[in-house]
Amino acid sequence: MCGIVGLFLKNPKLENTLGSLLKPMLTEMTERGPDSAGFAVYGPKARKNHIKLTILATETVDWPTISSDIERLLAKNIDYYERADHAVFIVPGEEAKIRKFLNVRHPALHITSAGRQLEVFKQTGLPTIVSSRLGLGEMIGSHAIGHTRMATESGISPMHSHPFSAAQDFCLVHNGSLSNHNGVRATLRRVGIIFDSDNDTEVAARYIAHRMSLGRSLQDALTDSLDALDGFYTFAIGSKDGFAVMRDSIAAKPAVLGETADWVAMASEYRALAALPGIETAQLWEPKPATVYSWSHERMAEAA
Amino acid sequence: MNIVDLNTTSVREFNARLHEVRSDSEADDWQVLNPKGKHSLAVGLQAPHRVGIEGSVGYYCGGMNKSAKVTVTGQCGKGLGENIMSGVIHVSGNAAEAAGASGRGGLIVIDGDASSRCGISMKGVDIVVTGSVGHMSGFMAQAGRLVVLGDADEDLGASIYEADIYVRGETGALGADCVEKEMTPDHVKSLSLLLQQARVECPTGDFHRYGSARKLYNFHVDNACRY
Repeated sequence: MCGIVGLFLKNPKLENTLGSLLKPMLTEMTERGPDSAGFAVYGPKARKNHIKLTILATETVDWPTISSDIERLLAKNIDYYERADHAVFIVPGEEAKIRKFLNVRHPALHITSAGRQLEVFKQTGLPTIVSSRLGLGEMIGSHAIGHTRMATESGISPMHSHPFSAAQDFCLVHNGSLSNHNGVRATLRRVGIIFDSDNDTEVAARYIAHRMSLGRSLQDALTDSLDALDGFYTFAIGSKDGFAVMRDSIAAKPAVLGETADWVAMASEYRALAALPGIETAQLWEPKPATVYSWSHERMAEAA
Repeated sequence: MNIVDLNTTSVREFNARLHEVRSDSEADDWQVLNPKGKHSLAVGLQAPHRVGIEGSVGYYCGGMNKSAKVTVTGQCGKGLGENIMSGVIHVSGNAAEAAGASGRGGLIVIDGDASSRCGISMKGVDIVVTGSVGHMSGFMAQAGRLVVLGDADEDLGASIYEADIYVRGETGALGADCVEKEMTPDHVKSLSLLLQQARVECPTGDFHRYGSARKLYNFHVDNACRY
C-alpha cells in the first residue's frame, strides 16, 4: 500500500504555508501507511557555498557535542537547529568528509539529506504524530513531497522510511513495490554506491541519482529506470528546482495529479488533495503510464 | 429531499440509511454534501433512489448499483460503478481508472475523461465517455457497449471476448485480439439510441467500431511449442 503526496507551489506567496498545506495531505494518507511517515521540504537556500545536512539521531544524542565535533573537524564555526530527533546543520560543503567522520565517531546518527534547500525528516509512527513532532505545519518552502508507509518488503525503522535522498537536493518517494531491487542494488554496489538499508525504494533513489551523476538529466534518468526497475510503482521526485511524477508502464499503482494557477499537487488518492485551496476548480487527472510529468520553477520563469 | 452532510455523517451511516429503503419503494431524492474524495459512497443501492453527490468522490462510488440514479457533480476515484447491475451513474467531471469494472447492466455516463482500464471486464454495462479514455480500456470485455467521443489510448480492447467499443477519435495501438469491425446499420441504430439515452448529442457518422477477432477463444495447436 503506502501513500505519497507532493506539492509544488507556483505562486511564491504561498511559500509560507507549504508545511501547513502538506500536513493534512500527509495525514489524510494515514490509512494507506500507518507504520511510518516522512517528508522532504525544499526550504530557504543555505547561504553561499554552504549546504544543509539533515541528521536523524536513532538514539538520544547531545547535539551541542556533535556540533562542536564537526566544528573541530572542519576548523570552522557552524550553525544548526533542532527539530525533535533531527537536526539541520549548515556546513561549508565537505559533505563526504562529514559523512565519513559521523559514520566512524557517531554511528547512531543517520544523514537523511544534503543540499542547499532540501531537508528530509522521517520517523516511525502515525503520520499525524510524526509530522506534529517535527513541526511540519510551520515549515516554509517552494515544494515538498511526503510519504506514509505500510511496510511490505523490509523492516520498519527511520532508515527504512521515505523519502530517500540519494544526491544533494534530490529525493524520492514511492507507492508500490520493486521486484528486482536486490539485483539492481548489487549492481550499484559494484560501482561503489553505498546503501543505508535493504529497502526497495532506496534502490530506485540511488539508481536514478547514479544515472544523473553520469550526466543524464532527471527526465532521462527516470526514463532509464523504466527499463532497469521491475515492479509496480508511482514515483514522486523532488529536485532542487522542481517536482516530478512517473508511473510504471502498467500504471496500476494509484496516482492523481491536480493543478491550479497557484500549485501542482499529487497524491495516491484524491482525498489527500480535497483540502487544498482552490481544489474545486483544479484540473484533475491520472498520470499516464511510463510518462514523466515535471514542473520546475526555472521553466516557469522562462515561460513567463 | 434527504440531505446528508458527510462532514457530520459517516459513510457507513449514509449507506445504511439508503439500504434501509425497500427495493419496491417509490423513488426518493438524496442530496449529499462534502464528499471530499471519500470512498464507497452510495454503494449497493437496491431501490430507485435519485442520489446527487455534490463534489468529488473516492473509490467505488455507486458500486453494485441496482435501480438507483447516482449523479456526481465532480470527479471520481477508481472503480466508479464497479459491478453495476442496473440504473444510471452520471459524472460531470473526470473518472479515474477502472470505471464500470465488471459491470453487468445499467448505464454510466462520464462527461469528462475516463482514465485507464475503463470498462475492464465489462459484462453488459453501457458506458458513454464524452472525453477520452486511458490505456487498456475495455480490457477482457465480455458484453455491453463502451462509447468514447474522444480518443482511446494504447491497448484498447486487449483480450476482448465480446462487447462493442465505439470510438470517435484516434486510438493507440489496439490490444491483443481487438480489431476494427464494420459499422452496420444495426450498430449505428444501437449507438444512436444509446447516445440518446445518455443525453449526449453527437452524430454517429464519425464513430469506428472495435470488437473481438475471436482468435483467443480456442487454443491454437501451432502455439503448443510455447508451453
